[in-house]
Amino acid sequence: MVEPQFRFRDDPVPEEPAVSLDSFLDQSNASAVRLEAGDDVRLLLPVLDRVRLVEIDFPKFRDGRGFSSARILREAGYSGEIKATGDVLVDLVFFMRRCGFDSFAPDVALNPDDVEAALNRYPYVYQHAADAAVPIWALRHNHESHG
Amino acid sequence: MYRYDHYDQAMVDARVAEFRDQTRRRIEGHMNDDQFKPLRLKNGLYLQLHAYMLRVAIPYGTLDSRQMRKLAHIARTYDRGYGHFTTRQNIQYNWIKLEEAPDILAELATVEMHAIQTSGESIRNISADQYAGAAADEIMDPRPWAEMLRQMTTFHPEFSYLPRKFKIAVIAAAEDRAALRWHDFALRIVRNPAGEQGFEVFAGGGMGRTPFIAYRIREFLPAAQIFSYLQAVLRVWNLHARRDNIHKQRMKILVHDLGEAEFTRQVEEQFAQFLMLKTDFPQAEYDRIAAYFTPPPFESGLADEVDRADPDFALWVDRQTVAHKAPGYAIVNISLKPIGGIPGDISAEQMELVADLAERYSFDELRASHAQNLVLPHVRKQDLYAVWQALDAAGLGGVNLDLVTDIIACPGLDYCSLANARSIPLAQKIAERFADLDRQLEVGEVKIKISGCINACGHHHAGHIGILGVDRKGTENYQLLLGGSGAEDTSQAKIAGPGFDENGVVDAVERAIERYRAIRSDGERFIDTFRRVGFEPFKEAIYG
Repeated sequence: MVEPQFRFRDDPVPEEPAVSLDSFLDQSNASAVRLEAGDDVRLLLPVLDRVRLVEIDFPKFRDGRGFSSARILREAGYSGEIKATGDVLVDLVFFMRRCGFDSFAPDVALNPDDVEAALNRYPYVYQHAADAAVPIWALRHNHESHG
Repeated sequence: MYRYDHYDQAMVDARVAEFRDQTRRRIEGHMNDDQFKPLRLKNGLYLQLHAYMLRVAIPYGTLDSRQMRKLAHIARTYDRGYGHFTTRQNIQYNWIKLEEAPDILAELATVEMHAIQTSGESIRNISADQYAGAAADEIMDPRPWAEMLRQMTTFHPEFSYLPRKFKIAVIAAAEDRAALRWHDFALRIVRNPAGEQGFEVFAGGGMGRTPFIAYRIREFLPAAQIFSYLQAVLRVWNLHARRDNIHKQRMKILVHDLGEAEFTRQVEEQFAQFLMLKTDFPQAEYDRIAAYFTPPPFESGLADEVDRADPDFALWVDRQTVAHKAPGYAIVNISLKPIGGIPGDISAEQMELVADLAERYSFDELRASHAQNLVLPHVRKQDLYAVWQALDAAGLGGVNLDLVTDIIACPGLDYCSLANARSIPLAQKIAERFADLDRQLEVGEVKIKISGCINACGHHHAGHIGILGVDRKGTENYQLLLGGSGAEDTSQAKIAGPGFDENGVVDAVERAIERYRAIRSDGERFIDTFRRVGFEPFKEAIYG
């Protein structure tokens, strides 16, 4: 398992090492899975009830497939940990949080002050995502967020 | 036009602060250029041959006099006194210093402007019909939807690290003035038989080294579902595009690889999923935005006649003005294509003059067109003479809309680090060859589009006559293409034959045009004749 540098969860850190998607689908008792860029996250949806940790790797910071993978998991109701690993730069962290990532294990450790600044930089958001942020249009019209 | 509220302003201000911090980290060496590059690109900052270039967004090509004056101020203060309007209705500055870029963004933010997502692998500035809100042939003003799309696509968390750039256009008229089907995602606002508003949706278009014309992915999409549909398209592409070869990552390639039917099927499947998430913007937000685009208070009872006593003025009126939806008004096109000039370039002084004219004569509105010209959208016909005199005195009175010398050209090798050949001197030579206005008018509509490399920023695939600059054994060489269109009759130009040097391609253009004059039927444009007779008569003229 890759130790997270930042974790935005209160539950115990899963101890079990994450296995590849193929292995995970073959082993009915595994609870932690590692997705490489290009793995189809939707293969996990039928077995989500046994997943406690999904690691999503970013081989290069430019490779944004993991953003969709994380959001698809949250849309399917997954509430376990989603950890970003690999080439995770400080400028990605805010968008990652919005897509449902709640732990971060970057290859190169990030400066905590920079992370703090990046997460608090934008006072609002324009659209719904996998987090609870209320979009500007809803603030304008005083709508309840759909959650 | 749209005005920021405190939410919009806070977002743009935050962006300036973020970029200032990122630039500081780069200058202090905490980031290498490989890491900084995507961040600066998302703020419109390219590293070109001689300096940084800053591309400023002009959302859906609309701006007011205050904004234009700020663009002039930036040109004068941070650049060399001019700017360059681009084929996507934006403006670029070519001589920017990295350390001053955050200050420029801060200046832009004071007039509700920005450079957000104007380059890089992101959802780019939304383009639209430059006559929106004025055109006699539109069913409605498309800009409220364009503005809503701007907000939907700004800092979208899932789609900020896309496989490649993603370009969106919106129109609401049968005539296509925005090169709609050359975009990744394109919308034409329509009404269904029940009178409901919706979109005819096109996907998978794009120029570049592998051109594709967008296919119609949806005949009618209910307007209220556009955000779900757009996200579905983006997600299918984001998940499945290749990531191993930057030249094969545009959405058009995925559409081609999967086939239109399979791409459509996957989008529809994702679309059903997004609809359930209820992320679409509500009608109330559309109404709020649309209120900013209510038509200006046009006067009624104005004379529809124009005094044509001055023949030079009459020539200009006939060529540069277009029918307006309100009686007594006209749409004025300002040529940024003087003979011998650089297509799309404009000086700070000219920007200020145009701003003054917009404020005084056009309800404070200006537009930029994808053909690199400017537009005063709402001018009283009785004011046309005064407007023309002011433009003419400033070197902006050119008469050439859609004529041979109204050439689209990318910056080319004079500025761009990607280019293989120069575009600007070639555009100048062609314009000089056809400088005689009588001859231009006699030839009629011919759209010449020049790109200095296969990335096709000069839209050569869409030119009636397209010119592509290539590098041939270390020398600049130009390929001639014929038969393209970026209008409602969209078509892709094809290479005519072997390439030419710079003077040779000017001669080839002239031979093609002279052949057209010799064989055209009454009322045929160049493109019409080409479509009727095909390549052979033209090849014979060019190479024979």
